[in-house]
Amino acid sequence: MAEFVNKRNKKIELSRDDKIFYTVVNIVLTLITIVVLYPLIYVLSASFSSGRAILSGRVWLYPVDFSLEGYQEVFKNQNIWIGYGNTIFYTVVATALNVFFTMVAAYPLSRRNLPGKNAIMMIFTFTMFFNGGMIPNYMLMKNLHIINTRAVMIIPGLISVYNLIIARTFIQSSIPYELYEACQVDGATNTRFFFQMVLPLSKAVLAVLALYYAVGHWNAYFNALLYLSDRTKYPLQLFLREILVANTMNESTGIDPELLAAKQGMSDLLKYCLIVVATVPILCVYPFIQKYFATGVMIGSIKG
Amino acid sequence: MAQTGKPALTAKQKARQSTIRLAKQSWELYLFLLIPVAFIIIFHYVPMIGVQIAFRKYRIVDGIWGSKWVGFAQFQKFFKSPQFKTIVPNTIILSLYGLFASFPIPIILALALNVLRNKRFKMTIQMISYMPHFISTVVLVGMLIAILNPRIGMYGIIYQSFHDGKAPKDLMGQAGLFRHLYVWSGVWQNMGWSSIIYLAALSAVDTELHEAAQIDGASRYKRVIHIDFPTILPTAIILLIMNAGRIMSIGFEKAYLMQNNLNKSTSEIISTYVYYVGMTSGTGDFSYATAIDLFNAVINLIMLVVVNAISKKVTDTSLW
Repeated sequence: MAEFVNKRNKKIELSRDDKIFYTVVNIVLTLITIVVLYPLIYVLSASFSSGRAILSGRVWLYPVDFSLEGYQEVFKNQNIWIGYGNTIFYTVVATALNVFFTMVAAYPLSRRNLPGKNAIMMIFTFTMFFNGGMIPNYMLMKNLHIINTRAVMIIPGLISVYNLIIARTFIQSSIPYELYEACQVDGATNTRFFFQMVLPLSKAVLAVLALYYAVGHWNAYFNALLYLSDRTKYPLQLFLREILVANTMNESTGIDPELLAAKQGMSDLLKYCLIVVATVPILCVYPFIQKYFATGVMIGSIKG
Repeated sequence: MAQTGKPALTAKQKARQSTIRLAKQSWELYLFLLIPVAFIIIFHYVPMIGVQIAFRKYRIVDGIWGSKWVGFAQFQKFFKSPQFKTIVPNTIILSLYGLFASFPIPIILALALNVLRNKRFKMTIQMISYMPHFISTVVLVGMLIAILNPRIGMYGIIYQSFHDGKAPKDLMGQAGLFRHLYVWSGVWQNMGWSSIIYLAALSAVDTELHEAAQIDGASRYKRVIHIDFPTILPTAIILLIMNAGRIMSIGFEKAYLMQNNLNKSTSEIISTYVYYVGMTSGTGDFSYATAIDLFNAVINLIMLVVVNAISKKVTDTSLW
């Protein structure tokens, strides 16, 4: 009680046990923050340093020999531009379709009295627990003739059932059935009600869905790896994989150690710059939608 | 009592009639569902039909329906293969390790954040701890490789400065370290994000409980243990069930990226092996790969049902 009432004397009111406890909590949280933040800061600082500074181990917290040579190199790389363009295209188009069709499916399923609703919901939820697997999926794409087309990056993930449940639960809990009945009396059809009432009233969940889908598309590489062979259609993540992951093992025995060292410094610098370039756009999105996070995650946790 | 000429409808018939009327009224809603249901059938149920190739000897010329039935031969081949003895334990160990390492930390983080009285400090920590969640798997593994590089990574350079310029062994190439790197980089990436749900649950704690406990002289620590923790326990149990049910479905993406020839003895798990058998090894043995995948999926489904049933009995919380 004292803690709530007597704000001015708060510090005096704290018992010795509480003081120790608060100190421990603060230390633990500070440590966690450092652990999370340090690799990110290191990568960011390294990306703004010179290749030589990285190689000699002088970068540990802030940029050393500030330079943009890494970024210049990154933006000279044709593949990065191709990948960037493709990823933006896939993310924007797919996310728009995802959000729209998720809402379209969620609205009827939010009606408690729709005949057959439970059966349809079962059809959806079962796919969360069982699926055909990698090879049958591949064969399906092949039979549909969408292998190696841009469509294969957009259509197969049209609706995520998990997100569908989030959307449905949101509509159920925040748009009362009475509102529909009132609109019905005024002559509104279900379609009109959906476009003029449900969508505008669902901004919070639209934001959450858009974020979930967009982050997924931006970061995905598996479908591209499986279904795309034409490099002009590769998303950014596949090019990143080639540069960041795939060629790590060929640190060949060098001819000229000096030259090799310079080359390695550069290639490492390039990697740090790439990491920044690939991650910053999606990190920029999230402060805008941050206030909806708790809502979204909470709704998602309520079972279907 | 209403006595009409018509024979009175039973309650059942009445209910059915009103259902039909309601269904007719809702025709638009079914139209809404047309594309989503078509999508789910084509992209989720049609592949389930394709699963039958696990029981056939699939040849492209014969197609799915024309290939010869072989019964459980593909499964027997898998159970007898030397890979069975490594990839199944690899999958389970990696999964269990991940489950137990990543479960308690978000809870501790949420409880600690909830104790903070400085709102700005709390917000800052939350913001920072969510950030790694948005990093892609490719970038995460790329960061691991770059930072741990024995010659020019941060780890290599620090090691060299303590060992007269001698480069350390490549950590990414050590089979014994694969699991630790895999699990703890995952903890690093997701602990903040996973704590959101617990924080949301904690915000529902009745402040009167805290006030009453304070009057009785409970310290803040005691109140965390006896008030905050019990509040989030049901949420924690649900999440634990969900994760335990997915023990075998550990993702392909990260393991595949972290895999190299040197660490294969621990990093080869079922999903990466399916990819290897089906998609990369020359012709690709579709039937064998599908059989392995199906074995995995069925175990998974059984796990989920069993864990859920146990939890329903013991804790009264369940998914369905």
